[in-house]
Order: sequence, then structure tokens, then C-alpha cells
Amino acid sequence: MLWPVLGPRLTFRQRLGVRKTLGRAAYVFLLGTTLVGIATLAALLLDILLDGLPWLSVDFFTNYPSRHPEQAGIRAALFGTLWMAALTALLCFPIGVATAVYLEEYTSQNWLSRIFNTNISNLAGVPSIVYGLLGLAIFVHTLSLGRSVLAGALTMTLLVLPVVIVSAQEAIRAVPDAHRQGAYALGATKWQTVRNIVLPAALPGILTGTILAMARAVGEAAPMIAIAALVYLTFTPVSPLDRFTVLPIQIFNWVSRPQAEWQGVAAAAIGVLLVLMLGMNAAAILLRNKYQRRSEE
Amino acid sequence: MAFLLAACQTTPTPPSDAGTLAGTIEVDGSSTVFPISEAVAEEFHKKHPGVQVNVGVSGTGGGFKRFVVGETQVSDASRPIAASEAAQAKANGVEYVELPVAIDGLAVLVNSQNTWVTCLTTVELKRIWEPGSTINNWSQVREGFPNRPLHLYGPGTDSGTFDYFTEVIAGEAKASRPDFNASEDDNVLVQGVIGDPNALGYFGYAYFTENMGSLKLLAVDGGKGCVAPSDQTVKDGTYAPLARPLFIYVNVASLARPEMKAFVDFYLQSAPALVAEVGYVPLPAQEYEAQRAKIG
Repeated sequence: MLWPVLGPRLTFRQRLGVRKTLGRAAYVFLLGTTLVGIATLAALLLDILLDGLPWLSVDFFTNYPSRHPEQAGIRAALFGTLWMAALTALLCFPIGVATAVYLEEYTSQNWLSRIFNTNISNLAGVPSIVYGLLGLAIFVHTLSLGRSVLAGALTMTLLVLPVVIVSAQEAIRAVPDAHRQGAYALGATKWQTVRNIVLPAALPGILTGTILAMARAVGEAAPMIAIAALVYLTFTPVSPLDRFTVLPIQIFNWVSRPQAEWQGVAAAAIGVLLVLMLGMNAAAILLRNKYQRRSEE
Repeated sequence: MAFLLAACQTTPTPPSDAGTLAGTIEVDGSSTVFPISEAVAEEFHKKHPGVQVNVGVSGTGGGFKRFVVGETQVSDASRPIAASEAAQAKANGVEYVELPVAIDGLAVLVNSQNTWVTCLTTVELKRIWEPGSTINNWSQVREGFPNRPLHLYGPGTDSGTFDYFTEVIAGEAKASRPDFNASEDDNVLVQGVIGDPNALGYFGYAYFTENMGSLKLLAVDGGKGCVAPSDQTVKDGTYAPLARPLFIYVNVASLARPEMKAFVDFYLQSAPALVAEVGYVPLPAQEYEAQRAKIG
């Protein structure tokens, strides 16, 4: 049945050879596919390091944009990116976790919650530029927030909220039901159970999901082009209502210039962006490990 | 100190203005014009640190959308304002003045291994690029060209460069065959033409001057013989029809603000040097003077 071609005519010993060869082939194939991804990332990093390293200096972080490549810096874009990421985290964490708690703990599996869940998953697949245009219409124009950090952060919140909700839902679902039953048995109310039992146990997973969502927000260019689209400005935001720009927009502008030096400046900015994102991912892993150990004690 | 500053000033602006101006100026529009506006904003910021000049790159059309509702004071444009945009400005009570600030040549280029062509006529370019064109081999372009496939490279349809090229070559803005390698990033086009011996492409002249060794520039015959683009032929208008003016549009009402007046004045005053520095061709000096007179 499993070997329709080779069939029963082969002896066990012969089949064993074939199976071992297949096993080795699978190993080589799977190793190869893994290496494709890793080699691509390594080549990308190496290329960026070679191009960008000569342009990295303290001035690169403290200078504003300039038409002279050697004087150009990412101060405005870096601060804008950090402001936007911080505001987005503040906005999407409470909304996302509350939504996940509601869907997981307070609704039963009926047609309404299925519609909610399906829609949240669908929202996660909407192209990011659509969120940008939505944010432009609602936050920038209708709510008159202007092209401010706050409008950008609200747009990014919409964009990453589905990711935060889904990861929080999964983390909450992973909390064993026995823990909840135990709390109820001791007379805890539903909210006490959620607050003291479920959320602490789910926190590592929720934090990981939120930080990964932040990393995505930091790297997004399309919605920010609709909201900010600034590439030359000479100040950093001091309030949520200030104008701003972000690293991906700055990088795109530098890459598209004719003079070869800008490719190096852009590579340096890409390096900074990558370090920022890898740092966030590393923070997610560290936080998860720390809390996981504590909850196992 | 004030005396020294006054002595250095070549403008009639009173020296007391220098450094004391404040406010925010919002500039947006064409990514082609952006390097000029950025250079001017950078120099202006050194003189007047209190004035915040923000420069965006929403594209010519995107910039006008914000300009005609009064959201921006200056709009960078790689084409003149369209009738529909002008009507919107009028409806919103936005009065504006159009100031040409530089000239940009569109270069037609082939791979450096291409030996058979040095000049194309605008008629040939039209036959290649017009909508419905079926030319896909060099031998169809002109009698005697080799039997090799023709691969086309050009800017994406959102670009002002695309609008301008289609208008002067095909006779109607945005009228182009759709089957060419398009990119909004001109550097991608440069790389495409460098790597493809059968390529024919067009993009901003500044992108050619930065990649001179690896591309072959074609002369264009607009009916008066073959002319190759250069600083000289772009400036004196003999490289026709593929040289276009670049503009800034200024909101007239905003000129009442002293920092706006100073910025636009500074723009026109420093344009000859800065335009050349960022890779475009400046207008003759007297044109800038005429425009400064125009804004009073």
C-alpha cells in the first residue's frame, strides 16, 4: 500500500536501503531550505554592513537630513520612529489585551464570537496602505489631528491590533483550564480569576506578541507615507501633536537618489533600523523567558 | 556685529530680520523637485533657525491636493498645475503664483554595449512608446537595426517624468504602452539598463550624469537634427522637446508672513548655485530676478 511501485517483491533489506536514502535526502533537502533563508539574511546583513559602516558615526545619529551625504543624519527619523512605536504600544496593548480577554473569557463559542474572530483574522491580512488611507481620512482630517505623531500612532494601532489580539488570545487559551477551575473552587469571581490567574500566566505570550507587533510597526513604510510623507525636517517631536517622519520613509528617499553616496547613507540607516528591530525581537524573547521561569516556580 | 552682518548681506532685507524670524513653512510635492527644496530649506535653516521648514514628497499630484486646500504654503511640481487642480484652488479661495526654478532634461538611454544606435527621432520614440505599439524588436525601430529583442524601461505611472514624456512623445499625458519595465525608483531603471544589452529606457538626466561610464546616452531628433542633452543644450532649449521646467507654486496669501516672504526670496536668490549642486540645470540668472520682482 505504501510502496505501490516497489511493491512486495523487494526484500526487507532492500526496502531498508531505499528508506535510509530517502531519509538522508529529506535531511539534505530540509537543511537546504533552512540555509536559503539564513544565507539570504546573512548576505543582506553583510552587504548592508559593508555599504553602511563607513557612514555610521555619532553625527549620523545627531544630525538632521542634509543634501550633503556626509552631513546627513537620522535624528528626526529615529526620534519620530521611537515616538510612534512608544505611542502605538501604549494604545494597542490595553485595547488588544482587553479584546482578547473578552473574546476568550467572556463570550461562549457562538456565531457572534465566530464572526468577531474571523473578522479580526481578516483584518490582519488587509494591505497596510489601506490602513494608511483610513488613518489619513479619519485621524488626520475628520478628527483634525493633523499629520501628527498621534495620528500616525493611531493608524499603526489599527494596523497591528489584530496581531496583538490574536497572539493574546492564543496566550490566554494556553492557560490550563484547571487553573481557572481551581480559582472558582476557592470562590474567586470571574474578574478575580482573569486578573490574578489567567493574565499573569498569559503575560509572557502577550508581551511577545505585542513586541513583535511593534517591530512590524517600526518597519512599515506604506501607511506612514500617507500620514507623514515628510523627509526634510529639522526638529524632533516634543508632544504627540507634532509633525514627524520615520526611518523607512527616510531610507526610501535616500535610496532613490542618483548620487552613489546616498546608497551608503541609506545602508547605514537600514542597519540602524535592523538593529532596532532585532533588539525588539530579542527583548521579546528575554521577557518571555524571564516570566516563563517565574510562572513555573 | 550687526554692522558686519549688514555688510555681508547682499539682499535688501533689513539685517534685523536675520535670525529673528519664526514660524512654520510647509512644503510638499514632487520628489524630482525635492532635492532643490531640501537644499534651500537646509541653507535657510542655517540663516533663520527659528523658522521650521518641513519638506515632503507626496508627488506632484499629491502635493497639489494639499496645496489647493491651503494645507501647504509651497508646492513642488514637475509639471504645470492642471486645469482641474487650478479650479479646486479657486473654489477654495487659494491664490497662487507659479515660479519656475530649474530645468530637468529627460535622458533616453541604452546599454553601453549597444553599437547600433546613437540618435532616435521623436517619431521613432512615439512609434515605440505609444499605446498599442507592437514594436518588440530593434529591427522594427529602424531599417538596418539588428534583429534583437527590444526591452523597455521607464518611470512608473505616478511619476511626473512619465506624465511629461508621454505628453511630449505620444501627444497625450499618461498615454503609453503598458508593457514596459516600470519603477518609481529611477535607480532601479538605471540598474535595468546597465544590465540589459537590449534595453532602451528614459529617466531624469541627473541619473545619467551619476552613472555616465556604464550607460550610453542617445541624442534626440525633434525635427531639427540630433541633439544630445547636456547642461548647455538643456539650458538654451535646443534639447527639445525632452527638457522640462521644474516649478514651485507659492500660496500668495501666505507671502504676507515675513518668514514666508524671506523663504521664497531666499529660494530664488540661492537657486542658481543650489540647483546645479543637486544635479539640475539652473535657469538664466535674469529669470530668477524677474521672479523675485514678481513676488514683490
